[in-house]
Amino acid sequence: MAQYLLRRLLYTFITLVGISVISWVIITQAPGSPIAITLDPKVSPKIVEQMEKNYDLDKPIYQQYFLWLKRLFTGKLYSFKDGRPVLDKIGERIWNTLLLNFVSILIIFSLAIPLGIFSARRQYTFLDNLGTFGAYLGISIPGFWLAYLLILGTVKLFGYPVLGMRSFVTEDLTSLEIVMDRLWHLMLPSIILAIGGIAALSRYTRSSMLEVIRQDYVRTAKAKGLPEETVYYKHALRNALLPIVTLFGFLIPGLIGGSIIMETVFAWPGIGRLAYQAVLARDYPVVMTINTISAVLVLIGNFIADMLYAIVDPRIRYQ
Amino acid sequence: MDSQTKTFWKYFKRSRLAVGGLLMILLIFLVAGSASLIAPYDPGKTNVSLKLKPPSFQHFLGTDQLGRDVFSRMLYGSRISLSVGFVAVAISIFIGILVGAVAGYYGRWVDSVLMRFVDIMLCFPTFFLILTVIALLGPSIFNIMLVIGITSWMGTSRFVRAEFLSLRERDFVQAARALGMKDRRIIFRHILPNGLAPVFVTATLDVATAILVEAGLSFLGFGVQPPAPSWGNILTEGRTYIFDAWWLTLFPGFAILMTVLSFNLLGEGLRDALDPRLRGRR
Repeated sequence: MAQYLLRRLLYTFITLVGISVISWVIITQAPGSPIAITLDPKVSPKIVEQMEKNYDLDKPIYQQYFLWLKRLFTGKLYSFKDGRPVLDKIGERIWNTLLLNFVSILIIFSLAIPLGIFSARRQYTFLDNLGTFGAYLGISIPGFWLAYLLILGTVKLFGYPVLGMRSFVTEDLTSLEIVMDRLWHLMLPSIILAIGGIAALSRYTRSSMLEVIRQDYVRTAKAKGLPEETVYYKHALRNALLPIVTLFGFLIPGLIGGSIIMETVFAWPGIGRLAYQAVLARDYPVVMTINTISAVLVLIGNFIADMLYAIVDPRIRYQ
Repeated sequence: MDSQTKTFWKYFKRSRLAVGGLLMILLIFLVAGSASLIAPYDPGKTNVSLKLKPPSFQHFLGTDQLGRDVFSRMLYGSRISLSVGFVAVAISIFIGILVGAVAGYYGRWVDSVLMRFVDIMLCFPTFFLILTVIALLGPSIFNIMLVIGITSWMGTSRFVRAEFLSLRERDFVQAARALGMKDRRIIFRHILPNGLAPVFVTATLDVATAILVEAGLSFLGFGVQPPAPSWGNILTEGRTYIFDAWWLTLFPGFAILMTVLSFNLLGEGLRDALDPRLRGRR
């Protein structure tokens, strides 16, 4: 088990390096990056020289990459927009994004798995077909559209603000009301973020369960007279869980990408929104760092998925 | 029609949803192609005295903040969505087939290296990467197609590789090798035509995703630029008026939903019809 995890860790590290290199190459070498300014003939040569020194452009390419890495880790990378260190700006917001994504993942798993099992047990019935169609809707619906419709709906219905992490006048309220307010603001974006994941995961669970249900051991369990719940939720589910865990690894990039749109719609102060604003402002250090950090989050998610996989599948542990 | 096609249709017709999806797509194609004939108004013609009118007999889907007819804009927007979807996917299956075929055919270290590369690409939060690259290169429609294409080939490559790994051991490939045929020819003229089935499935599903991505990009302002109409940017422009002009939000989003849904249904239908394991179940 330890050997397996060590191998995965090494592999994760290599992937991380690969990602940072690719991101860096794309962003610094593409047309339209800061270097483009130096091509403007009206800019005097002295200024061009100064800019080149500032951006380390006078050094060979691989050195530029390492210098960037060094700056990143020592917190010396500064934003173009307001000169603040990039890591500070990200540090302020990353927990908000993580909170949102974490709640979404909880919602996804707690809804999708029971839905999938429910569908599998009633294969080909009306409810199953309804669930299947619902899943198709879930993966086809544009998130920002659903978000606006729901915002319209809830505001007209409840008359309470929905955007942002909290409402404005929260100082005078009791702490219970503050917590409830936070939860209220958290609800809508995390649910919408979760919809695509619920749809995909429930379909996956359903097909995985369908395969498992046909197995002999399930038939034995039923023949033994075990209660239905035990048969499905204890024995069948354990074996159906394997492919679901791998899906966990694919869910994370989707959530992080989806964060950008959701955070923008709901004015949620997270790194998705920060990234969007940075892209608008052509703030390359911030964009690069967020890119890399998102990839790191994805890799962490994959690694967790690998660990879960080792826990769920005993065959892996003894490899 | 040869018997393979006939069998395929027989299984495909079993799913009403899949057939529905196909019909829906044909309808959308028809609409997009005949946009210039059907559109009652010029999509770019502004008339500020008519601004923000709700749906009526004269303007089926209402007017936007500049007085342009939403229905006509949506008709022309369908062209953008469909063309972005198809071209982007064409690019992605081109790359995917190339990578998958080479990895699956040559195997061993080539396979390992290529699959590691695929894994790395899969770790990128693609939407964010696309956003960044578009911001760098500029939001022209070709850039959008290109970037979506470059970030969605991974699924296809995995399937193609799987097909190649199994087909590589077959007799007709051994025979071709024994005849001294060049690798490239074996790959493209002999193995690939037999391994193409899953590519149809991934291609269709990828079109659905591509349309969603294009809508999202347009929504964020990095897709098709105004005044050119795209479903995504009609929605964005309508954002400010959401409480008063709900039709600017409802209709474009619904159109996106329907289009993406029909491609997803078609893709799933294709998958079920082409998968030999599911035959003889019902």
